[in-house]
Amino acid sequence: MSDNGLEQQTVTVTIDGQEVTVPTGTTILQAAEAVGTRVPHYCFHAGLSAPAQCRLCLVEVEGAPKLMPSCVTTVQEGQVVLTESEQARAMREGVLEFYLANHPLDCPICDQSGECELQNYVFAEGRKHGRSREPKRVFGRDDFGGDVLFYGDRCVMCTRCVRFMNEVAEEPLLTVVERGDRSVIDTFFEEGVAGSPYAGNIVDICPVGALVSKDFLHKARAWDLEHTPSVCPGCSQGCNIELHTRDNIVQRLKPRLNLDVNGFWMCDYGRHRYEWLNRTDRIDEPLLVGPDGRRASAWSNATEEVLSRLRLSLGGEGAVLAVASPYASNEDLAELRALVTVLGGKEIVYRSPRADEEIPLPGFPQLSRRHDLTPNSGGADRLGMHRVGGDDGTGGLQHAEEHEGVLIVMGDELRDVTESFGSRASFYLYLGSYPTHGAKAAEAILPITTFVEQEGSFTNCEGRVQRFWPGLQAPGLALSAWRILGTLAATLSEEEEAPSGADQAFGRFAELAPEFSGLNFGSIGTLGAKASGSATSAGG
Amino acid sequence: MAYPYTHEKEVRILSSGWGDPRSRTLEGWRALGGYKGLVKGFEMGRDEVIETVKQSGLRGRGGAGFPTGMKWSFMPKEKNGLHYLCCNADEAEPGTFKDRELIRWTPHQVIEGCLIAAYAIQADHVYIYCRGEFFEANQVLARAVEEAYEAGIAGEDIQGSGVSIDLTVHQGAGAYICGEETALMESLEGRRGLPRIKPPFPAAVGVFGQPTTINNVETLCAIPHIIRHGGEWYRQWGTEKSPGTKLFCVSGHVCRPGNYELPMGFPMNDLIHEVCGGIRDGRQLKAVIPGGASVPIMDAEECDGCELCYEGVIERGSMLGCASVIVMDDTTNIVRQVRRMVDFFAHESCGQCTPCREGTTWLSRILRRIEEGKGTEQDLDTLLDLGEKMTGTTICVLSDSAAAPVASSIQKFKEDYLALIRRGEAVGAV
Repeated sequence: MSDNGLEQQTVTVTIDGQEVTVPTGTTILQAAEAVGTRVPHYCFHAGLSAPAQCRLCLVEVEGAPKLMPSCVTTVQEGQVVLTESEQARAMREGVLEFYLANHPLDCPICDQSGECELQNYVFAEGRKHGRSREPKRVFGRDDFGGDVLFYGDRCVMCTRCVRFMNEVAEEPLLTVVERGDRSVIDTFFEEGVAGSPYAGNIVDICPVGALVSKDFLHKARAWDLEHTPSVCPGCSQGCNIELHTRDNIVQRLKPRLNLDVNGFWMCDYGRHRYEWLNRTDRIDEPLLVGPDGRRASAWSNATEEVLSRLRLSLGGEGAVLAVASPYASNEDLAELRALVTVLGGKEIVYRSPRADEEIPLPGFPQLSRRHDLTPNSGGADRLGMHRVGGDDGTGGLQHAEEHEGVLIVMGDELRDVTESFGSRASFYLYLGSYPTHGAKAAEAILPITTFVEQEGSFTNCEGRVQRFWPGLQAPGLALSAWRILGTLAATLSEEEEAPSGADQAFGRFAELAPEFSGLNFGSIGTLGAKASGSATSAGG
Repeated sequence: MAYPYTHEKEVRILSSGWGDPRSRTLEGWRALGGYKGLVKGFEMGRDEVIETVKQSGLRGRGGAGFPTGMKWSFMPKEKNGLHYLCCNADEAEPGTFKDRELIRWTPHQVIEGCLIAAYAIQADHVYIYCRGEFFEANQVLARAVEEAYEAGIAGEDIQGSGVSIDLTVHQGAGAYICGEETALMESLEGRRGLPRIKPPFPAAVGVFGQPTTINNVETLCAIPHIIRHGGEWYRQWGTEKSPGTKLFCVSGHVCRPGNYELPMGFPMNDLIHEVCGGIRDGRQLKAVIPGGASVPIMDAEECDGCELCYEGVIERGSMLGCASVIVMDDTTNIVRQVRRMVDFFAHESCGQCTPCREGTTWLSRILRRIEEGKGTEQDLDTLLDLGEKMTGTTICVLSDSAAAPVASSIQKFKEDYLALIRRGEAVGAV
């Protein structure tokens, strides 16, 4: 609903006895949502065109000769709409029974069970007993290519998937074939949707279990999954996502609505790169190198030891060099920057792999799989860190290898360095999540959490700061890097207090990257905010 | 050569050229008085053409009976881009075979009607959407269009009038639903023939997004005559609410099935017993479907004294539709006939709307079970309830059409159903 600088026209309607004023052109379904009434629907999806064919959203409009499809009927001044009238309810019950006439009712083995709109609607408003005594139609299962499996018998023919491929992905790889009750969704070619970079979204928008993910197939029941709002780490777009976890394992990623960033969608590249979050080879306790080799240590000891080593170099001649990671949060990076400054140093570098090309989503072009395949180069750049190395994310660390002062590495897994990396440093401190031969020469190895185990934020390619929340429990003694580094910096500087929460660490970030000075965790919210302090609006 | 089965009670206006080979060529059609309406229409001006058609009271012959003149007046007066006329020649309603004959015998009558209508609504292009299975009709029509172009009757600057109208014959691909006007437009645009949601109505957003009027072949064929002779002339036949003549397609158990052009309001008794020569083998009338498969079935009592006009048939609980009178005698197994009709709708449902997609097949399966003697009395309640849920709940009326014969036959021929359910015996063998 554009306003073009003109004052927007509004209409006032009554929905189930509640009066609501909405802009002209609003549909009854949207207006009902505004008063908190969700009219059941399948074919309507806010990100797609509305064919009004599922006939589930029919509502009674006073004065209309028959029930109206609320998804395409726009509200008129003074209209009285009844979504719960006897007639509307009876018709929904009837339509739901039609859906069930051929539905296999295989909920016990269906991945959608528990988050299925057919289950939900029938449970809420369906008949207690179906009347169909006829044999059911059988379509069977079809591999749609890529990550998508199609169970034709569960399909409710809403055609959301076909419309997504046509209108949003703009790759018309799906269609409805045949007609009448033989209608079924099908692919044109053997390879189906394989290779289409956004095809995974059709699984998300399928209201039932007709389209399911091969990756997620039979992995978890929907009701066992915990949902945590997060940000996709697959590239610098920063798609808003939900982590779906069970047993402290990320089971799948799902897009989370944010009209300013990713809409309803996310790319398959990001969707399927979550396995690293479940790695079990972790550094889970602080390790110190003493006269008798490496030994595990409690945090208090480890902090003391590291502090005493760092104090030796305070005011010393050796320069300080740090290697950061664009997978670290704004908060982690800010506290690293603070520590390096306290130590009298300046230079912080990071490495970040780049893809050759961007992959935009044609029907929602602000969403694109970006060149930058890391989530927080934006935060690192704004803290004056420099990207080094090649587009494959390696190289660029020669001078760190030869560095003779204090060397701090945070997050970088150092896969391409030799075991002697850091051996020339006066003090080599390694903070990381995964064991690496690159930390062989480190005198202290401190376990840090990944972004899914902590609260924090990333800055995406547009300079939008977006928060994430912990969805997994950190292993062993691992702590957020900002907490460790913040404590070290505060103790050394003897001025400031160490941050006690991620919000305070974000305060440090906003202080060091002044364009964000107007922001705090509260104003960023779940949908993120851009610099200049104005939290942008986003639907949801 | 007389067209098979004419009758002296007929008033042959649209069908006057049937059986006369001359009427198939431009030259012959002209000799029979053809294209005089076109010339007169162009002289009259658009508004007067529309006014004359309004005066005549002509109602759409495709089944709905909407006043044609009023439909035309919905088209925007101020032109903003192209206007289209679609001639709906996708005649596929079971029991209907009038448009095919109009095209086969009098293609120029169709073209003349199209051109006058196109002129009235300022259409730049006429698409004649002809049912794919009408192979001969398609060929005849294509040839006639070619003739019309060659003679300067169609195309640029028609006979120096300054009016330009193009004509295209489009052959359908075998889907009943494409006779639904919005599905027809979708199909014409090259997509699956799925009915569109209204509003917007075709007069605002039609084919290729432009203002469009869709008229049935028979409607358009009446136009040249109305323009030539005037609206009042047309009203000499028929009733106040249903003026003019109508082609009745009579099929089923009568001695002389066929097309008969009769004044509106013609008594059904006379149609069956006089014009069509009565029920075959001297049998008894059992039921009539007066307007094609999609209208409620009538029993013999309702047929007695029924006047065949829009209001007359509605009075008897059914609809005139496109006047496809299917006559059934007492050998008829009503359950089987209804099941066959429902099978047709199940096969032809486009599958968009759930009540239709699932409902048509469900009805057909229950009916088949009853037919096989495996039904229950509860099934009848289910049939009626499903029919109710299929009526008025979908984008187009195919769903309603499938439900209509089921509900009406259960109401009027319940004994036939019960005989099958209780004793496994069919009433009637056909």
